[in-house]
Amino acid sequence: MPERTRKQKPATTRTKSSPVEESKPAAQGEKLIAELDDLLDEIDDVLETNAEDFVKSYVQKGGE
Amino acid sequence: MVGQLRKPRLVNTSEVELSIPKVCGIETEYGIIAKGMDASAVTASSLLINSYVGRFDQNIGWDFQDEQPGTDARGFSLDDAFPPEIEMHLVNTVLTNGARYYVDHAHPEVSTPECRYVNEAVVYDRGGEEIVRQSMIAAKGFLPEGAELIAYKNNSDGKGNSYGCHENYLLARELSFAKMAALITTHFVTRQVFCGAGKVGCEFEAMQHNSVAYQISQRADFFEEEVGLETTLKRPIINTRDEPHCDPLKYRRLHVIVGDANMSEVATLLKLGTTAILLAMIEDNQMPEDLLLGNPVPAIRQVSHDPSLRQTILLENDKRMTALEIQQELCIRAEKYAKKFGLDAVGQEQGELILRRWREVIEGLQRDPMTVAHIVDWVAKKRIVDGIAARHNLRSNDARLKAIDLQYHDMRPEKCLALRAGLETFVTHQQALIATTTPPDSTRAYFRGRCLEKWPQDVVAANWDSVVFDIGKDPLRRIPMMEPLRGTKALTKELFDRCATPADLVAALGDEVSTSNFKPTN
Repeated sequence: MPERTRKQKPATTRTKSSPVEESKPAAQGEKLIAELDDLLDEIDDVLETNAEDFVKSYVQKGGE
Repeated sequence: MVGQLRKPRLVNTSEVELSIPKVCGIETEYGIIAKGMDASAVTASSLLINSYVGRFDQNIGWDFQDEQPGTDARGFSLDDAFPPEIEMHLVNTVLTNGARYYVDHAHPEVSTPECRYVNEAVVYDRGGEEIVRQSMIAAKGFLPEGAELIAYKNNSDGKGNSYGCHENYLLARELSFAKMAALITTHFVTRQVFCGAGKVGCEFEAMQHNSVAYQISQRADFFEEEVGLETTLKRPIINTRDEPHCDPLKYRRLHVIVGDANMSEVATLLKLGTTAILLAMIEDNQMPEDLLLGNPVPAIRQVSHDPSLRQTILLENDKRMTALEIQQELCIRAEKYAKKFGLDAVGQEQGELILRRWREVIEGLQRDPMTVAHIVDWVAKKRIVDGIAARHNLRSNDARLKAIDLQYHDMRPEKCLALRAGLETFVTHQQALIATTTPPDSTRAYFRGRCLEKWPQDVVAANWDSVVFDIGKDPLRRIPMMEPLRGTKALTKELFDRCATPADLVAALGDEVSTSNFKPTN
């Protein structure tokens, strides 16, 4: 089962809310800005280590 | 002529109300790579799907009897057009949730079951993600040590190759296709401001990759025509495939190929919801012509290439507006329409929610796009790209930025950047898991899914509008499902409770059942 558990700190997991309860965009936006540093730490941790090779090897055929 | 919109002649009969329920669904082609092994994209895609389907020891074939992807909604066929080919030898299966899971060209594709309400379609799109995740895990059991298949829910490889995330909407057949096409094009060019998935660099043939550092849409670089039948060459903003998969005298299916695959659930909800409401307005003749665009094909790229959202595009009446101003105007008109006509086409409560969220995202984008980074994929991704570039002092063409772009869509939870971006969600993990196996209650997908769940050994084939049973004596029996809103739980649960065998079901349905000449292809 693909449980979405992660070892990283939970600060930037998806915020959960019902679409019925509207979010408060301004407050949420400010919170996101404050969280940016934590987010970038985590991105640095999980980013593919050899970006050049990864990008080069990601080749797809056209679809549809 | 291909690629030209016939100018619609609108009859102003505002009393005529046509709008019908906007049954909808999403087809997502995933990017795929085989890591630590040699495998073609077709082999990798087949292996991914077989690994998943094999777990249930069930492989129900697809019935191609009614597939006519070359039929054009404009009522003619084109000698110089290349209709998509159906590849019958590739893996193609139907799941108990009513979805189709198959290899399309060189990609694994999940088509959600048809849904009555757009929020259900979002749940099944999330279910599709879980199916792909489970497939990736299952495939490891068949691969050499250290090898894995990795799927990406994106639409381009950054090297000029694109694959689609298509939407489908039920339309009234009486509606003039040319009129609908012209009017909805305005939305398809401008809605990307909230449902674009974002892209590092440019893939438009005539421009350098680095000429655009970051753009709003994954797909906008690939559209060359206004209207047409193709999906892989000379892609059109409006696809004219006339293959309703239901009663062709009553319905059309609008097949939308212009959108990006979204990681944000709210963006998916808005993409489908706003489109469905505007289509209902067009059916009800409530969409004025004053927002028709002058040059839609260049405009779709122009909007995508401008994350500042400040550039204006040309309207047919020679005025100029920004994409965001056009969206605001469409939203205001939809709100007025809702007051006058109601929102039955998408469900009143759902419709009101969609209108509120639409207004919220437009106002957020007007104030500062970063305030909607929890809703809009291109903003969420840009926030990461800009943040990492600033932190490590990277140039705009650094491979690490393109890697972020790709990895945002990585289906492995331990690698996916979208899962870390702070996106708002409303589908629980449990709901998404249930959606991998259980059909929606609200359409004929319930009937299809229950048949497969209850009698997997007896269903020899299924497709969108029929199920074929082997009831033990020749010939095979075909149960047609030409009405998308029949076969719902409310209408057929009792039938499934009562029937112990497919023969009972066939007997209960009586005259509705016909014989089938279906022959398995593998």
